[in-house]
Amino acid sequence: MRKILIVGATSGMAEACARLWAQRGDHLFLAARNPSQLQSVGDDLRARGAARVGQKVFDANDLSAHAALLADATQTLGGLDTVLIAHGTLTDQERAQQDVGYALQEIQTNGTSVVALMTLAGEQFAQQSHGAIAVISSVAGDRGRQSNYVYGSAKALVSAFASGMRQRLAKQGVHVITIKPGFVSTPMTAHLKQGALWAKPEQVAKDIAAAIDQGRRVVYTPGFWRWIMLIIQHIPEFVFVKLKL
Amino acid sequence: MSQAAHQRVFTSWGRVQRVAHTALGVSSRHAPLSLPADAQSVLPYGNGRSYGDSNLNPGGALLLAGQLDRFIDFDPATGLLRCEAGVLLSTVLRLVVSQGWFLPVTPGTQFVTVGGAIANDVHGKNHHVAGSFGNHVTQLELLRSDGTRRVCSPTQHPDWFSATIGGLGLTGLITWAEIQLRRAVNPYMDVETIKFGSLEAFFELSQASERDHEYTVSWIDCAFTGRRLGRGLFSRANHAPAVMDLSSLPASLLGGVSETSRRVPITPPLSLINTLSLKAFNTLYFHKQRAAVVRSVQHYRPFFYPLDALLEWNRIYGPKGFYQYQCVIPPDDALTVTRRLLHTIAHSGQGSFLAVLKQFGTPASRGMLSFAQPGTTLALDFPNVGPRLHRLFDELDRIVLAAGGRLYAAKDGRMGPALFQAGYPRWREFSDYVDPRFSSGLWRRVTETT
Repeated sequence: MRKILIVGATSGMAEACARLWAQRGDHLFLAARNPSQLQSVGDDLRARGAARVGQKVFDANDLSAHAALLADATQTLGGLDTVLIAHGTLTDQERAQQDVGYALQEIQTNGTSVVALMTLAGEQFAQQSHGAIAVISSVAGDRGRQSNYVYGSAKALVSAFASGMRQRLAKQGVHVITIKPGFVSTPMTAHLKQGALWAKPEQVAKDIAAAIDQGRRVVYTPGFWRWIMLIIQHIPEFVFVKLKL
Repeated sequence: MSQAAHQRVFTSWGRVQRVAHTALGVSSRHAPLSLPADAQSVLPYGNGRSYGDSNLNPGGALLLAGQLDRFIDFDPATGLLRCEAGVLLSTVLRLVVSQGWFLPVTPGTQFVTVGGAIANDVHGKNHHVAGSFGNHVTQLELLRSDGTRRVCSPTQHPDWFSATIGGLGLTGLITWAEIQLRRAVNPYMDVETIKFGSLEAFFELSQASERDHEYTVSWIDCAFTGRRLGRGLFSRANHAPAVMDLSSLPASLLGGVSETSRRVPITPPLSLINTLSLKAFNTLYFHKQRAAVVRSVQHYRPFFYPLDALLEWNRIYGPKGFYQYQCVIPPDDALTVTRRLLHTIAHSGQGSFLAVLKQFGTPASRGMLSFAQPGTTLALDFPNVGPRLHRLFDELDRIVLAAGGRLYAAKDGRMGPALFQAGYPRWREFSDYVDPRFSSGLWRRVTETT
C-alpha cells in the first residue's frame, strides 16, 4: 500500500491515476487549485470505495505553501512514500510570444514551481531513505518547436532537473521518474483535432502507475513517442528551421 | 497547440452518418457551459449509443458530456446514488452490485451514460413493473446556455423535470442526477426460456408471466412468412433469491461471469447480414433450444447485455451501417397490427437477427416525449441497403400511424415530421422548454414545417 500525494489532482491524467490507486487500496492526498473541482474528485474517489482520501486546496505558484502541503499530506496519511506532480497549464504560444509577463508566468507554473516542489520532496525522501517522485514532463520538452516552445522549455527544465536529481538521490533510495506523455484526450484538449497519436488518460495512468511500481526512470507514454522524439531530436538544425512542426 | 476549435467526426451507433462537429469539452459540473463562439447550436453527446441522429448535430457543436464521469455520493444503506451525468451504467453496476444493489431499469447495453438514459427515458425488460428509467430519477440538475441552473424533481420545477426526462438532450445539459437503485442480493438471474409458435402464444405468455416475473422479453423470428411467422423464444426472469445456495450449483450454470469481451476488429466491406445468413441464423437459433422450456441461472451480464460481449458489433453491418426500427403499438389492436408489421417485414426479405418483442405495462412515463406507453413494442435492425429499405420503412410507418403508435427517437434516423408529431402530441408544449442554443439533427427534421 502506497501513501501518495497527488499535486494537480484534478488534471485528467492525475485523476485517472488516482482512480487506479484508490481501487487497489492506496492512500491518497489530493492537492489542486480549484476548490469545487477538488471536492468533486475527492467525493468520486470516496464513493468508489477509496480507503483514505485527504485533500487540500493548493496553488503551486504560491511557493510559500509548498512545505505546508508536504507536511499536511505526511501527517494525514501517517507518512508519505510517493509524490505525483501533475499540475500545469496549456500555454497559449501566440500570446506568450507577445506578452513577457504571461510567458514567465507559464514558465513558473509548468517549470520552476515543479522544481521547488521536487526539491522539498527530494529532501524529505532522502532523509527517510525511500520514496518515489514521479513528475509529469512532456515530449514537448525534448526539443523546442515553434508551435509550443514556451511550454516546451518549461518542461525541458523539469526533465533536466529530474535527470540530475535522479542521479544524485538514487544512492539514497529515492526514485525519480520522468513521465513524458504525448497527446492526451482530456477536457482541456477536447477542442483540438485528435488523430491516431492521441491517448486516453486511462492508458497513460496505467503507464504511470507501472513506471512507479517498476522503478523506471524515463517513460514515454504511449511508448511509441520514444521513437518519434528520437527522430525529432536528431533532425539537424539547418533542416529543422525549415520544418513546420 | 493552437486554441482554435477543430472539427471532429462523430458517428452514432447505426453508423449511417459520419458528421464533422465542433467538439467542446466539459471539464467540471461546476463550470459554466462551453458554447461555440459563433451562433452554432450545441447538443450533449454521451457515449454515442443512440442509433440515428438524435445524438448528432450536423453543422453544430457537441458537448462531450461523457467527461462528467464522477460519482458524487452513494449510500449503501438506502441505495440512493448521486453521480455526474456522464457516468456509464456499466460503471454504476461495477460499484453497486457487490454492495447488494442493481439498476432500477436497464436498457440492452450497459455502455450508456446516466444522462443518456434520462434524456431518452430508456426502458428495459421490467417495464411492466418498473416503468422506464426516468421513473427512478429522484432529482437532477439542468444547466442552461444562459448559465442558470435548476435542480428538478417531481416536486421541484416539475415541468422542467418532465421536459428533461426523455427530452433528447434538448432542454440543456444534465450535469448530475440522483437515482433510487433497487435491491439485488446477488448478481444472478433465475431465467426461464420458453419456445412459442405463434404471435397469439406470445401474447398469452406475456400476460401469464407479468405477475410473477420482473423481466420479460422475446426474440422473434421475422425471416419467414407463412406457418413460421411469429415463432420465437420467450424469456422471463427474476433476480435470484438470497436463499438460493449458489455454491451448490454446477460451475457451468454460473457461466458467463467473465468480464472479458471481444471486439469486431474491422468494418467488413459488405454487410455480413443478408437474407441467406438471416434465415440460416434464425432457424439455428430457434432450434438451438430443444426443450420447450429451459430454466437456468445466469449472471446478470449475459442476461441483460448479451451483445456487450462483442464490442463494436455494429460494424458487422458494413460501411453503410444500419437502421433500427422500434415502434410501440397501443394495446387495442396490438395483435393484428404486430402481425401486419411482421408480415410486411418478412415479405420484404429484409430484417435481422435482432428482432425483439415486448409488452409494455401500465406505469406512466414521466417525460413529455417519453417513448414507453402501454402496448406492444417491436424492435428490429435493418442493414442499410438504400431506397428499398426506405420503401419498407414508409410502409411500416403507415401501419404504425394508422394504429396510433409511435417510433422511438433514440433509435431513429429517418422518420418524418408527420409521424413524430402524431406520435408525440406534447411536442409543441415540449418545444417551449428547448434551450435556444440546443438542437439536434433529429429535432430539426421532425419539427420541420412543410
